[in-house]
Amino acid sequence: MPTAAEPTGMTSPAELAERYGLSKSSIRPPLSSYLRELWSRRQFVLSYATARTYAMYAGARLGSIWQVLTPLLNAGVYYLAFGVLLGTKNGIDNYVAFLLSGIFVFTFTQRCMTEGSRSLALNLSLIRTLHFPRATLPLAYVLNELNQMLVSLAILFVVVGFTDGPAWRWFLIVPAMVLQMMFNIGITLVFARIGTFVSDITQLLPFVTRTWLYASGIFFSLPSKLEQLNAPSWVVQVLAFNPISAYIDIVRRSLLQEHKQNELPHAWTIAIVWSFVMLAGGFWYFWRAEDRYGRG
Amino acid sequence: MAVADSMSSSTAEPTVIADRLDIIYKVIAGQGGKGTAATALRRILKRQDRPTIREVHAVKSVSFTANKGDAIGVIGRNGSGKSTLLRAIAGLLPPASGAVYTGGRPSLLGVNAAMMNDLTGDRNVVLGCLAMGMSPAEVQRRYDEIVEFSGIGDFIDLPMSTYSSGMAARLKFAIASAKTHDILLVDEALATGDAEFRVRSERKIKELRDQAGTVFLVSHSLEVVQETCNRAIWLDAGVLRLDGPVKEVVEAYIASTRAG
Ligand SMILES: Nc1ncnc2c1ncn2[C@@H]1O[C@H](COP(=O)(O)OP(=O)(O)OP(=O)(O)O)[C@@H](O)[C@H]1O
Ligand SMILES: [Mg+2]
Repeated sequence: MPTAAEPTGMTSPAELAERYGLSKSSIRPPLSSYLRELWSRRQFVLSYATARTYAMYAGARLGSIWQVLTPLLNAGVYYLAFGVLLGTKNGIDNYVAFLLSGIFVFTFTQRCMTEGSRSLALNLSLIRTLHFPRATLPLAYVLNELNQMLVSLAILFVVVGFTDGPAWRWFLIVPAMVLQMMFNIGITLVFARIGTFVSDITQLLPFVTRTWLYASGIFFSLPSKLEQLNAPSWVVQVLAFNPISAYIDIVRRSLLQEHKQNELPHAWTIAIVWSFVMLAGGFWYFWRAEDRYGRG
Repeated sequence: MAVADSMSSSTAEPTVIADRLDIIYKVIAGQGGKGTAATALRRILKRQDRPTIREVHAVKSVSFTANKGDAIGVIGRNGSGKSTLLRAIAGLLPPASGAVYTGGRPSLLGVNAAMMNDLTGDRNVVLGCLAMGMSPAEVQRRYDEIVEFSGIGDFIDLPMSTYSSGMAARLKFAIASAKTHDILLVDEALATGDAEFRVRSERKIKELRDQAGTVFLVSHSLEVVQETCNRAIWLDAGVLRLDGPVKEVVEAYIASTRAG
């Protein structure tokens, strides 16, 4: 019945394929060429992220003003709850800037995780249509969130500029953002893969991130809080390993004048280690399943 | 005609080989999708699939070899697995078992090949081209030609969700055919187009074939298949029923539909 097999006699399809230099159509490329291919699609990532940002606000009447309003409203709610009603300020003079930096940094990572976990599932039809390195999709989502983060940072600079005043220290925000960005890319890739194969994760993630929110020292200073509670000193050491706490702390170190007294130990070192481990691990973990995305 | 040379051993140069290919879809059926976090956690911990997961065995142990210069029509009833087979050849659906070997990267052109529907036509042109690996400069150079070929006109700056199915098909075909392909897979992309577009796109397919490519064409119009293809594959409920010269296969297929 299959006519075309005749001319080659008894050779198996696999041997025939090898003789003519054919390769499996859904094969996973080696990591190095995968990264190269990914780099060659950087324009796609950029354009897709821009288009998505645009489409996201196109339907709203206030349009992209929401990019500014959303973080402000978010921060307002938390300020009301923790600053005013619960009075968590204890001894932090510039509580507004303290709170905003914590919330913005946390939201950046949290949104990357939750959005990223859906980045492949929502684009299944595109994945089943065109061929491109799948990691471009989660990366575009991270870029979207970075865009939002930069708007939030601008707000933060205005607030700190009016309260503490500008300082050379501010430039440390650049390496701080680079490090958090590296971490976010890694964690987004991890959750993008998990989200495609374990779709239940999207229902579970909000609970995970909410727990993480309260453990990260966003509303209060971890060291002084623990001191109040008479906790042994190793507790701070352990909590300092939380990557989010580290990223929040290095942002606060670069922005807030009086943060010295509330500093977490070794925040820069911990932030750097997490960044490199997460970035490398994220790419590796995502790439391992490259040939299986799209099966749904 | 071309059937003879594609099968003589001197010129036969395989470009696509399917080896006992099986494709299985996993579908989440029913309303089992939502649930509380606690049940979700329990399911994840136990590593058990949802009770409502169903498997659809869409392509069953299909084997064939396609050669350079072949234009292969894929025919069969609705749901027989034609689109699935094409997606598998394109490497977009990983096989459950078996393998597809291809020389070069196949490109798939289909009707339900949804692009980004909430984005405008021109965004889709740019993004589609970038995703296919073109450089921004190349996209800029090709842009007018693509829009011209699609014949969409002023509608190009409206969201694709507002397009008629024929308009969407034209735009997608224009985007995908902007690149030269070694292996082109066409899935009913021409079906919703008008007469003018059909003529244009058939010419384009012949062009691609002449550039020493291999073309797979899924169509319910047996006329189109007979006109553009030299060989045909008949799928029936995921199983390969017949593979051979287009005339024989089409005749057998017609005979079976008459009988049923
Ligand atoms: N995304 C999907 N998820 C689950 N099952 C699917 C999916 N797509 C197709 N199927 C199933 O796979 C089988 C083959 O479908 P396929 O789309 O390949 O048929 P087809 O031959 O292209 O049909 P048509 O002529 O109507 O286009 C069908 O039983 C269908 O239900
Ligand atoms: Mg189909």
